[in-house]
Amino acid sequence: MAILVYTESEKGKFKKIAFELASYARAIADENNTTVTAVCINAEDPIELQNYGVNKILNISNQELKSFNAISYSQSLLQAAENEKSNIIIISSSADSKYLAPLLAVKHNAGYISNASELPSSYNPLTVKRTAFTNKAFEITKVNTENVLISLAKNSYTINEVKTDTSLQDFSVNISPNDTNVKSIDKATNKVTIADADTVVSAGRGLKGPENWGMIEELAEVLGAATACSKPVSDLGI
Amino acid sequence: MKIIVCISHVPDTTSKINFVEGNTKFDRNGVQFVINPNDEFGLTRAMWFKEKQGASVDVINVGLSDTESTLRKALAIGADKAIRIDMSPENGFNVAKQLANYIKNENYDLVIAGRESIDYNGGMVPGMIAGLNNANFINNCISLDIDGTAATAIREIDGGKETIESSTPLVIGAQKGLVEESDLRIPNMRGIMMARKKQLEVIPAIDASNQTDSIEFEKPKPKGEVTLVSSENLDELINLLHNEAKVI
Repeated sequence: MAILVYTESEKGKFKKIAFELASYARAIADENNTTVTAVCINAEDPIELQNYGVNKILNISNQELKSFNAISYSQSLLQAAENEKSNIIIISSSADSKYLAPLLAVKHNAGYISNASELPSSYNPLTVKRTAFTNKAFEITKVNTENVLISLAKNSYTINEVKTDTSLQDFSVNISPNDTNVKSIDKATNKVTIADADTVVSAGRGLKGPENWGMIEELAEVLGAATACSKPVSDLGI
Repeated sequence: MKIIVCISHVPDTTSKINFVEGNTKFDRNGVQFVINPNDEFGLTRAMWFKEKQGASVDVINVGLSDTESTLRKALAIGADKAIRIDMSPENGFNVAKQLANYIKNENYDLVIAGRESIDYNGGMVPGMIAGLNNANFINNCISLDIDGTAATAIREIDGGKETIESSTPLVIGAQKGLVEESDLRIPNMRGIMMARKKQLEVIPAIDASNQTDSIEFEKPKPKGEVTLVSSENLDELINLLHNEAKVI
């Protein structure tokens, strides 16, 4: 019964969140005296995960999974979970992972806890703190099912480098055709996303207007940071 | 085109968030409840489908009788019919199960639900409806066009957006961008009067288990003080960014 963690990559490179999730899964595995299996999809250098406490890597190389597809990816993770007899699956809070999570939870008959902010406080039943009320409160939630799916809130856990003996296994998945296909992606390639940022430059209404936003962009560029803003600024469309 | 919009009855965004009964229940005292904003974006887009493509629009909610005021507001905005599944909504999976059960028997072409409610932020109901009914699903939807059975949508992704083609029956997770806040509709007097005559059907809940349960709530620790640096004192700003924030 390994802890299964989905380590996301983009254009073959692991996202920062992948190492955060691997570290989180390692801690859960240690508390349960078990192992961590990571699933990676079309990653260029999967063995990189050996530095983050992963015991086994299921490496999926499949051109059908070149573009993210929630149904196909959830099918892949389900097959990995069944292969590993995993009853705890850890995913991130990225837009893609939160897209596939409810589909996976239904098919795996797993109690789904989104936005987990800490390690579980107990495992029988599994109980974990999560954010709620748009970060104005935390909810302590217990799971009533044998299978559990946890999505970890962004920047909730520290990356721990732990060199581990790791086995790498190619893993084939059966993808059934579905009727939802990506036609195009429009993404800024030269900017750090907030999900991957170590530093964030954020501003609020004190900036007065969009004509002053340039200095925030410039500072973020100099620092290699992402930008963010308060909700009023977002609502004003600055 | 037959559309159903799932409506969550949530505290207004400006509500004070407090808890009672040993921090096990949300304190509803003095709280005004509204249509979940993500659902309201979806409802407005549904009204556009009704006006431009002749769609029918039903609204549905899982809740007790106190949620009917929210359903009546949706009817006043222009929905044709409301359905309330008579159950206290305490778990996202259970709510999705109730909704999926009704939806699968009524052959809707398009199911719209907010990508998440602003109270419990579970973000699971639209995807679980799709998963339970084996329907197509597009989350974080910021644009949607439907021509016959063909659907073209734009989904917000981390750092950008992607265009997706799919087909009905389709479930979408709605959010801001599907329509803008300036497009949202305030019910007028005629709409409110007409809503009183529209059907609000109450149906019993089916048996379904809670996959998770809330045990307790906590409020975050108060935020630390903000350090204000004068625009005349850039050396101090550099010092703080370098030595305290350690970002430069």
